[in-house]
Amino acid sequence: MNKPSNRLRQSLVGGNSKWIFVILSGILFALFAVPLAAVVLRSIGPDFFTNALSRQALKALSLSLVTSSITMIISAVFGTPLAYVLAHWKFKYKSWIELILDLPIVLPPSVAGLALLIAFGRNGYFGPALNVLGISLPFTTAAVVIAQTFVAAPLYVRSARIGFSGVDKQLIESAHVEGASQWQLFSEVMIPLTSRILASGAILTWTRALGEFGATILFAGNLVGTTQTMPVAIYVGFEQNLGVALVLSVVLIFVSAIVLTVTKKLEQREY
Amino acid sequence: MIALLIFFFAACGTPAPPTSATIPATQPPAATATSAPASQKLTVFAAASLTQAFGDIGKAFEAANSGVTVTFNFAGSQTLATQIQQGAPADIFASASGTNMDTLVTGGLVDKAASRNFLTNILVVILPPANPANVQTLQDLAKPGLKVVLGDVTVPAGKYASQILDNMSKDPTYGTDFITKVLANVVSNETDVKQVVAKVQLGEADAGIVYVSDAIAVPTLKTIEIPANLNVIATYPIAPLIKSANPALAAHFITYVLSSDGQATLKKWGFTPIK
Repeated sequence: MNKPSNRLRQSLVGGNSKWIFVILSGILFALFAVPLAAVVLRSIGPDFFTNALSRQALKALSLSLVTSSITMIISAVFGTPLAYVLAHWKFKYKSWIELILDLPIVLPPSVAGLALLIAFGRNGYFGPALNVLGISLPFTTAAVVIAQTFVAAPLYVRSARIGFSGVDKQLIESAHVEGASQWQLFSEVMIPLTSRILASGAILTWTRALGEFGATILFAGNLVGTTQTMPVAIYVGFEQNLGVALVLSVVLIFVSAIVLTVTKKLEQREY
Repeated sequence: MIALLIFFFAACGTPAPPTSATIPATQPPAATATSAPASQKLTVFAAASLTQAFGDIGKAFEAANSGVTVTFNFAGSQTLATQIQQGAPADIFASASGTNMDTLVTGGLVDKAASRNFLTNILVVILPPANPANVQTLQDLAKPGLKVVLGDVTVPAGKYASQILDNMSKDPTYGTDFITKVLANVVSNETDVKQVVAKVQLGEADAGIVYVSDAIAVPTLKTIEIPANLNVIATYPIAPLIKSANPALAAHFITYVLSSDGQATLKKWGFTPIK
């Protein structure tokens, strides 16, 4: 039975079928690797360090790192209980809450920025109330954090929820049998078991916050030192001086790569 | 499984031809007064401040030339110039500043001789409709605690605003530290002039400096005139791109912009005609 169709099927799904994986994966990987390599190659030049260490670049980098770290912490502190509630409690309208939480992930960031402005801007619905407390959000560093949290925190909640749902039901039952309270169940059983997923969710949140642009520029604006994060600086620098934009992009790529590697090493150490 | 995939892709390819054999009752009208052949596309990269005016001009041009579609890309002139330098396909570039046009001329993308100035524009201070900070005069821009929004210095409108503040600092009425005080009040440097308009319109900022054409496009805004001796006259150039796929149509469009109809539309939107 060596008809041509059989031989073809054999080579495709038999021993030589690895090439399907290689080619398809390779194409997608190339989409990521080629532009990154191109940016790095183009940026190499005599002005690299003058641009990289310029006041604007350093301010943008520090602002980005600080705000995205704060965003990650806020997402973890408030997002973990929320994810736990969604994973293990049963209540009415849960699916509506999950829908609202998933929306910021799929909405364009500019929509997020506009929504934040309409809600919390000076003339927004909560503007006057915030004003009474002496808070005016737009154009502040706090606004940068809020914009980042709006678009990035849902990613954390999603990862955490999947993590919590995956915990073996029997463990939860035996914890109840032992007389554990909700908080004890949460802190002594759930968290240790899901720490890996929570960590990767936090990294995802951090990287999304670091790259946030659309919501930031609408809600927080663009002012060096206060609200000009790396992505905004790159966008503005793009027109002024391509060299500056390239250097800032490369710095961002390398900083992200370093943080990702370090965090990965930390993850591995836990086991 | 593979057969299924192949079938799927084939089916998604060319749509099946219509089964009806009848010829449509109306033939497309023969080209009459227009010099442009049917089904032509024109891509115009224009400064953000031209949004409304060029929108009207585009519609009028399409109405006068059947089969022509005009697509616009509105953004800060500096963004557009960079996009064109990086290979974005455009037929025409209309800039708010000669500097951005010169960048393209130097880069060999625009022929200097083909560039035409087609309007002038001046700047004005805009205030939110409710004027929450009670800004009454230009001097008030230096009031401490005021939230001022300007275009970034890379944006023509921002560059001109900077020049105006500079001019004011040289004027004894305002004082040499005027520009420092106003810049201390700046809370954001936007990437195009329409974003400045938006922030002021929403009441997030107390004041902004934009083109008088932007103020006319949003009549609810309050304005404070900038005196002629301190103001900047922005001359906008328009030019076809050397790499345009449709040079004849591009030239036709530019002729329209410079014609009395085109200039009348620009005047309606607050620009000053060039002639």
